Amino acid sequence: MEEQGTFRVKKGLAQMLKGGVIMDVTTPEQARIAEEAGAVAVMALERVPADIRAAGGVARMADPEVILRIMDAVTIPVMAKVRIGHFVEAQILEELGVDYIDESEVLTPADEHYHINKHQFKVPFVCGARNLGEALRRIAEGAAMIRTKGEPGTGNVVEAVRHMRCVMEQIRQVVNAPEDELVVLAKEMGAPLELLREVKKEGRLPVVNFAAGGIATPADAALMMQLGADGIFVGSGIFKSEDPQARAAAIVKATREYNNPAVLANVSRGLGAAMPGLEIGTLSELDRMQERGV
Amino acid sequence: MAVKAGVLDFQGAVTEHLAALKRCGVEAVPVREAGQLAELDGLIIPGGESTTIGKLMAFSGMDEAIIKRCREGMALWGTCAGMVLMAKEVEGAAGKQPLLRLMDVTVRRNAFGRQRESFETKLDVKGIDHPIEGVFIRAPLIVQTGPTVEVLCALEKGIVAAQSGRLLATSFHPELTDDLSMHRYFLHLCQN
Repeated sequence: MEEQGTFRVKKGLAQMLKGGVIMDVTTPEQARIAEEAGAVAVMALERVPADIRAAGGVARMADPEVILRIMDAVTIPVMAKVRIGHFVEAQILEELGVDYIDESEVLTPADEHYHINKHQFKVPFVCGARNLGEALRRIAEGAAMIRTKGEPGTGNVVEAVRHMRCVMEQIRQVVNAPEDELVVLAKEMGAPLELLREVKKEGRLPVVNFAAGGIATPADAALMMQLGADGIFVGSGIFKSEDPQARAAAIVKATREYNNPAVLANVSRGLGAAMPGLEIGTLSELDRMQERGV
Repeated sequence: MAVKAGVLDFQGAVTEHLAALKRCGVEAVPVREAGQLAELDGLIIPGGESTTIGKLMAFSGMDEAIIKRCREGMALWGTCAGMVLMAKEVEGAAGKQPLLRLMDVTVRRNAFGRQRESFETKLDVKGIDHPIEGVFIRAPLIVQTGPTVEVLCALEKGIVAAQSGRLLATSFHPELTDDLSMHRYFLHLCQN
């Protein structure tokens, strides 16, 4: 008997994406450039995070027309974003046949208290997290993949670094903690105890953990990989740069050869200007997307 | 004889295969350089994105090194994306995708549909004495086989496991289950 939408099948697709780069695209042409450069998947959007940030107002799920055209253009998996808590947008994306749904803080949250019950969907979800508690709460809700939140659309890697270091440090803390301290740790982190036990046993998150939010250069991608990321999301970093084709291919190579400075030096040469960056300190609290949906 | 097996470490489910091989009690190494192939009895190309792995293989010259070592007798097992890369032909991919073209089969990518249609099922595989769990993720199918190819398992839609000499291809992911039968089957090929 065939069984669809099991957690193993949902988590499994993320495992197949490990070591790869997932790129934000807004048109079929960009999707083909990403695939040609070696992306393992694309994120279909109406606007990249930097433009969402600039435009202001309410950011929603992309027009299905945009998503379907991108799905037609490439053979690699296609992801798309829904607002936090907007389970009807997710029902629509599942109907379209999107391969992964990102319940994303880049869009304006539809529910300030609850995330989507992701167990109810056959299509897997990826969610952002800044620390271990957030990551395990999302997994408890059914997320089959985690990514750092970082600070999207800034081209500034500092927040992604902060979030990856925090998750890794807390995993080490859990691994080293004696069993009798786990209940209190779970309470302090706001993490389900059973999942915390699993982290202690395996020494890692129960699902794949990518880096996202501010990655703009091959060196940024390699940095996140050396810090322990399983793979990389690049949002605005590629198609807001001077030479998207060259930068996309360079980031793919840097993600694979993240421990090889000779390759990193080589692929970083002559890429033209990276996307313009934003200093995090200049963002007002309202402009910080990472505070959404904790 | 002690067998040494490698897992192509470019992208995809590398650590899962390495863990399964180690549980079988053999020496298992991630393979990043063509030079490492010389000392291996067998290589696994894991699941991942076949376009990505193919491009990285072509970029590093690993494709030619694998073809050469297979001619010298190294065993090769491709799971999912690995099956696609081993195929002589891939439907609708003429010239678009770098392939090793080692196994005389024609493969259809994403043959069951998109991720929504990904599934698990029990499989009877020739040479394995009990049904095993088959995990299919945006899986490919073999739609045509040459005379040297033996079918090990087929579903209604097409062939999901096949062998040709020391070449083994599966649509599904034994590395995502606790059952080591398929890995042991491959290690047997490495020994011969």
